This record gives sequence, structure tokens and C-alpha cells, in this order.
Amino acid sequence: MAVVTDALVQLIQMLVVLALAPLLAGYVRTVKARLLGRRGPPLLQPYRDLLRLLRKEVVLAHSASWVFRVTPYLVFATTWVAAALVPTFAAGLVVSYAADMIAIVALLASARFMLALAGLDVGTSFGGIGSSREMMIASLAEPAMLMVVFTLSLLAGSTQLSSIAAFMQGPGVGLRVSLALALVALVMVAIAENARIPVDNPATHLELTMVHEAMILEYSGRHLALIEAASFVKLLLYVSVIACAFAPWGIAISGQGFAAYLVGLAAYVVKLAAGGFLLAVFETSIAKMRVFRVSDFLGAALMLGVLATLLLFVSRVT
Amino acid sequence: MLVIGVVALLTQAGEALVLPVGLPWLGAHFRLDALSAFFLLVVNLGAAAASLFGLGYGRHEESPGRVLPFFPAFLAGMNLVVLAADAFTFLFAWEFMSLASWALVMAQHRRPDNAAAGYLYLLMASFGTLALLLAFGLLAGPAGGYSFEEIRQSPSAAVSGAVLVLALIGAGSKAGLVPLHVWLPLAHPAAPSHVSALMSGVMTKVAVYGFVRLVFDLLGPPSWWWGALVALLGGVTAAMGVLYALMEHDLKRLLAYHTVENIGIIFIGLGLAFAFQANAMPAAAALALTAALLHVFNHSVFKSLLFFGAGAVLGATGERDMERLGGLIHRMPLTAFAFLVGCAAISALPPFNGFVSEWLTFQAILLSPALPQWLLKFLVPAIGALLALSAALAAACFVKAFGITFLGRARTPVAAQATETDRWSLTAMFALAALCLLAGILPGYFIDALAPVIQSLAGANLPRQHELDWLTIVPVAQSRSSYNGLLLFLCIALAAALACEVIRRRASAAVRRSAPWDCGFPDASPATQYTAASFSQPIRRVFGTVVFRATEEVHMPPPGDARPARLSVRLRDVPWDSLYLPAAALVSYAAERLNRLQFLTIRGYLTLVFGALVALLMVLSIWQ
Repeated sequence: MAVVTDALVQLIQMLVVLALAPLLAGYVRTVKARLLGRRGPPLLQPYRDLLRLLRKEVVLAHSASWVFRVTPYLVFATTWVAAALVPTFAAGLVVSYAADMIAIVALLASARFMLALAGLDVGTSFGGIGSSREMMIASLAEPAMLMVVFTLSLLAGSTQLSSIAAFMQGPGVGLRVSLALALVALVMVAIAENARIPVDNPATHLELTMVHEAMILEYSGRHLALIEAASFVKLLLYVSVIACAFAPWGIAISGQGFAAYLVGLAAYVVKLAAGGFLLAVFETSIAKMRVFRVSDFLGAALMLGVLATLLLFVSRVT
Repeated sequence: MLVIGVVALLTQAGEALVLPVGLPWLGAHFRLDALSAFFLLVVNLGAAAASLFGLGYGRHEESPGRVLPFFPAFLAGMNLVVLAADAFTFLFAWEFMSLASWALVMAQHRRPDNAAAGYLYLLMASFGTLALLLAFGLLAGPAGGYSFEEIRQSPSAAVSGAVLVLALIGAGSKAGLVPLHVWLPLAHPAAPSHVSALMSGVMTKVAVYGFVRLVFDLLGPPSWWWGALVALLGGVTAAMGVLYALMEHDLKRLLAYHTVENIGIIFIGLGLAFAFQANAMPAAAALALTAALLHVFNHSVFKSLLFFGAGAVLGATGERDMERLGGLIHRMPLTAFAFLVGCAAISALPPFNGFVSEWLTFQAILLSPALPQWLLKFLVPAIGALLALSAALAAACFVKAFGITFLGRARTPVAAQATETDRWSLTAMFALAALCLLAGILPGYFIDALAPVIQSLAGANLPRQHELDWLTIVPVAQSRSSYNGLLLFLCIALAAALACEVIRRRASAAVRRSAPWDCGFPDASPATQYTAASFSQPIRRVFGTVVFRATEEVHMPPPGDARPARLSVRLRDVPWDSLYLPAAALVSYAAERLNRLQFLTIRGYLTLVFGALVALLMVLSIWQ
């Protein structure tokens, strides 16, 4: 019985993640518009955009190969699976033991690897500039993320996100310098990985400073819809990871019953709203930085991560 | 002849794991224990694949007489090193292996770079053997027991530190540890491609074997600072190797630099194993050692695959320079697919095998706060950061390697007219690509196969993996960490299939072919594509100024002048400039001074001999 419930929860989680991701993106856009004194698009606009893109034909460059056509499906599938492994409203999912946090980071790296290749596939200068810069950002953001993972798992004694969430809910946490450093580093990485201001601007087009948008410039139709959906899911994933590790309140634990799941779901939606609101406020209050300042920004994140880990290594009583 | 070799080697590889028997011979001792059997498997798997590739390669080699005789000799040398059970046989086989591979490096000796590469290789190989010779001398002690059995029975605790350093120099120079790596990116690419694959994928592993045999097996219990030294060298090697590779645009040389990186990852695992072993934590040592040895296997598979791919490209276009390739995926689709699998595997991306061994290394690092030594507490997080950095940079590097070579549009006519490689080569590549995926989704079986080796070296073992539910791997405990490549692979496949199905049913299936959009820029020449140098430019700006002391110079002609502006970048190879050039200068200075000794008078020589005799006698009398 418990296995059936867990499997059901896992299935619901996969659907919830997919259903809420465009809403989160639309919510952030709306809040940003309001903060700037604009009315902004309706909340459900991202869903409409996706449907519109799905109905359009694909315009494919002559020089595109199969890599270009396969990548959207792989990127979407990989990102979706990664998001399904993060405890959102319930911990102890059926497949969560298949991949710990290091594996989730690596799954996202796989998606990025394919996307960067697709950027180079058509053989245009914009695709190349996007891929090249995306990999530069990733080469700093990924180690920073891994350092955050190290910090959390050294504290919790586990690299499984559900165990980390359980530990952070428990009484043994306390206020720690390492945790604060790790949180700051994680937020910086999340901003960079999701191509948000100040690292990249998701709203611009045709600008020399753009990174992610330049990489996917040649995509259209259903392929673009999949890639957009994947980037919505990725934003949701990072907010979920931050919520799961640093605000794990309300997450239902396997076998607690129906009411606990409902509470978990409500808490999750509240956390997403809070995360989205903070992101919008942060984005409107800061200016976009030059591409070559990004390395300073992410280098700082990496150093914070290393510092957090080092503090734990040194303070461990043997 | 090669076919027979392949069959013989394959059967040998198959039997090696099940028949750990000893065969003592007169004078030369050979023994097959678990450690040798594992490395024998690695060597002969690579050898079989390389032989298969060589069958296709042989058709277009201009002077097969320069490759064919040395190729089996090289294989024999590597096999003998792994099987040897006394110092003399070991060193003999080691030198035999070095010389055979040197002859193969010199196969295309008319190219000027190759001669220089061969000379440097010969120098470094001799230097390494000298270090190993001294190490064995110290191990054997004054009694002179040179068989491994005797060495094991008489532990030499007093000189063990010196032996470790000598083994690091000897085996490390063959494996390519920074700063002893300088010969490797020159010599490996110079050989024919299947030999490059063997040298990079397999011979470096024989060097790792030499190190493991000497230090884990023969030297006795380690002290903790060995771990710090070896792991630190490994971390620096990993990060430096991948940065060098990123700056490279010669495809084969890029791969050779990546070998340096992966050797670094292996040595991180070995170093952690020392540290755990010295602090009596056998389970953790077993984990670190498993990670290192699994990476040995994995790297031999995907590095051979990648070198075969580079060889196929070289055969089809005659080019190693990525800047003159591009668009090969349209002309060589099968090679491109196999190469892509290799790229994903070496970049440690799930669900392929490279990720499993790096994941295990990370798990070993996460066990290390329990180590009591302060130096290790400070070092290990830094090494973890270096490892994470090199993994991320490797992904960037292989996006570049695959993207510039195979994707985009052809940059030169030779690339536009390339044809798919022969069937033998494709078979070899696809067999290795399948192995990459298999070892990635079923790592439990591979870890279990390593168990006897780990048991004999670390005295402990990981929990048995293949009996766990759903083929998950669990290095320490289920609550701590687990990874299931198979389930992950199935989930991704399922999710992708679901997306395909939904799109097929609900979305428009129309496709229109047209010119690339590129922000409305009209279809320009292939020269406007990103090149390898421009791809790595952001990373060069971030890391290059520190690591390579990179300087950029812009030559801008004055206004009105029609000449093009030029940007030139100078990178400095810091270990080469600060270590090797002074050493070479010192040697030539000393040689010049000592040259005078050759032109003395007879009286001069007599005085010299007499003086030497007196000095020696005085040393002897002071000694006693």
C-alpha cells in the first residue's frame, strides 16, 4: 500500500512540477512589470505562448543536423526528470534514491551540454557566442553548486535531498555560518543558471550581452516550446531546491496521510510565490552586468561555497 | 596476424579474472593476482579494440613496416609489466614497453614535430625508469631480495617516504602527473591513432598499476602525508590538464591533455585511499580505491574511443586542427555518434560511465572530515573544489571538441569532402561506446568485479552492489547516498518518449527548411562561425591570465590603412618555462664545462685518477 501511495505521489509530483513551472515564470514576469509600474502580461501568458509555439511549424536551417532536432526532447526530458527528483511537497519519493543531489547537478549539466552543442550545430556566430558564454558561466556555477551540495551533505550526513530536508527540519541544525554562506552561494548560482539579471536577461533579444537566448536563437515551433518549457522547469527546480534545503517546513513525509500531502502542497505553493516575489524584487533592483564581470560574481559564489565547506571540515569534532 | 592477436588477447582477457594462478619461473617471476588480473583486463580490452581499429587503419598507412612490428611488441611489453613479480622483470618489461612505444611515436618521423616529441619522450621515459630503479633498490635494501615476495616480507619503514617520492616521479612521469606531463601531449598524438589510443588509454594505466603495485602492495602501511601529497598532486594535475586542453585546437593533443586531467582524478582517489588507510578507516579507503580503479577502467574505455574518433577524422580529412574542420556530422554520421557518446562519458555526464567513478570520488571526499590531521582538513575541500572545477571545465572542453569538429559548417574543402571511415574502425568505436553506456547504467556489476582487488589492497570492501534492489549502487549506506544509472536512464527515456508522443499527437508536425536565421544576418561564409579559439576565449579570460600568464595584443592599423587588424594571444607554459628550460640550461652549461675533461694531457688524467682514488679512500675511512 505504502509503495502504491509513494508511486502515486511521485506521479503527482511530476505533473505538479510541469503544471506549475510556467505559472511561476508568469508570476515573476507579472510582479516585475508591477514593480516597474507596468500592467504586464496576464499570469497565464506562458501557457498560451507554449501552446502557440506548439501549433507553429518548425523552420529548420539547411545546415542543421540530427543533434539540433534531438536536443529539445533530451533537454526537456532531462530537466523534467531532475525536477521530479527534488522533494517539493512530499519527501521520500519512489525514484528519489536513484539520484542524489550530485546526480541532479550532473543531470542539469547533461541538459546544458546538449543545448550548447545545438547552439553550435547550425554554424552561426550567434549560436557560438551563446554556447561559449554559457559554458564559461557553467564552468564556474557548477563547482559552486557542488560546494553548496558538499556543505549541506556534510551537515546532514547524506547527499540525498530528502535526508537533507529531514535533517533541516530536525532540532540538530542551529544557526551556522556555513549555512548562511551556502545559501548566498546557492542563490547566486540559481540566478546565473537560470539566466536571470544581473547575469543574463531573459526578456531581451538581439543584444550582444545575451547568453541563453543567443544559444537557442535558431529554434522555432515545437522545438522552441520544449526548450522554453525546460527553462521554466529549471527555474522551478532551483526554487524548489532552495526551499527544500533552507525552508523545508511543511514537506509531507511518506505515510503521513492525505491531509499532510495537502498541507505540503499548500506550503509548496506559498514557498514558490515567496521565491518568485523575491526574485522579481531582486531583478528589478539591480542592473545587468557585463559578461566578463560574471566571472567575478560566480567566482565569489564558488569561494563562498569553498569557505562554507572548509568551515565544516575544520569545525568537525573527531 | 592482428586477427590472431585479437582472438588470443580476448580469450586471455576473459580468463584473467577467473584464474588467479601463480607461475614462478627460473630467474624471472610472473604472477597473476587480482590486481594484475584487473589491469590485464584493462590492457587487453584496449589492445583488442586498438587492434580492431588498426585493421582498418592499416589500409591507408604509407609505411606499415614502421608500425606493424612494434605494435605487438608494445602490447607484449604492457602485458609483461602487469604480470611481472620481481623488480628486474618489471623494470625490463617497463623499459621494453617504453622503447616499443617510442618506436611507434617515431613511426611518422619525417614530420619535424614528431622527432622532437620522440626525443623528449625518450628523455622523460629514461628519467622515470631511473627513479623506479632507485625505488626498487631502496625497497630491496642491502640484502638485495628483488622478488616482490621478498620485498613484501621485509618492510623498509625507514626509507618508505623516499620510495613513495621516487615511485611518484617514476610512475607519475609515465602517467603524466603535472609537472612531469610535458612529453605526453607531444608524444601521444604523434603516433598513429590506434597507438595514441593505446598510449593514452592504456599505457598511462600501466603506469598507475606500477604506482599502485609499488606503494599499496610492496611498501607497507602508509603515513597520512602521502595521502596529502598524492591527492594534492592529483587535484592540481586534474585542473591544469583540463585548462591546457581547453586552450588547444589540435584534436589529438586536446585528447592527450585530457588524459593528464583524468590521471589527476585517479590520483585524487589514490591519495584519499592513503589518507584513510593511514587513519585505519578501511571502508572509506575501499571506497576511494574503488573510485580510482573504476576510473582507470572507464577512462581506458572512453579515451580509446575518442582517439579512434580522432583517428577516423584524421584518416578522412588529413587534418588534426579543429579550426580547419567542421560539419563532419553530415559526412561521417556514425563516427560522430560514437564520438558524442565518448564526449558525454568523459565529461562525467549521467547516464554514462565517467559520472559513476567521479561520483564515487565525490562520495569519498565527503567522508574525509573524519580525518584527524589538520593539513588534510584544509586540503581536501580545496581538492574537492578542484575536482568539481575540472569536471565542469571538461564539459566545456568537449562541447568545443565535438561542436567545432563535427557540428556547424565545413570550414575547408577537405572537411566538406570527408567520407565515413571503414567498418573495422566503426566496429571498434561502437563496441567501446556500448561499453560506456553499459558501465554507466549497470555500475554495480563493475564495482563488484573490482571487489577482490580492493579486498587485497585495502583490506575491506564496499557492500555487494548487484544484489541491491533495482541495481542501485550504494557506497556506504542507503540513507547516505545512492545512485541508480539504470533507473535514471529509463526515466529520461520515458520522459523523452512521452514528450515525443504528446508532440506527435497535439502539435504541428510541419518542418520547413530554410537558411539560418542568425538575427537576420544574410547567409555568410563558414568563416563567420565560432572557432575553437573563440569558443574558449571567455574561459581563457577567466583562468588564462593567472594560469598561463596570457597576454593579448591588438595590432590596429592606423585610420585609412586597409590592412586587417590582428589580435594575437600569447600563452606561457609555466611548468615548462620555470622547470624544464632552467634544467636544460643547467645540463648544457655543465656539459660545456665538463667538456674540458676530454682534452687533458696524460699527466692531467693521471692526477685526476689519483685524486679520485684518494678521495674515495677517505670517504670509506670516514664512513667506518
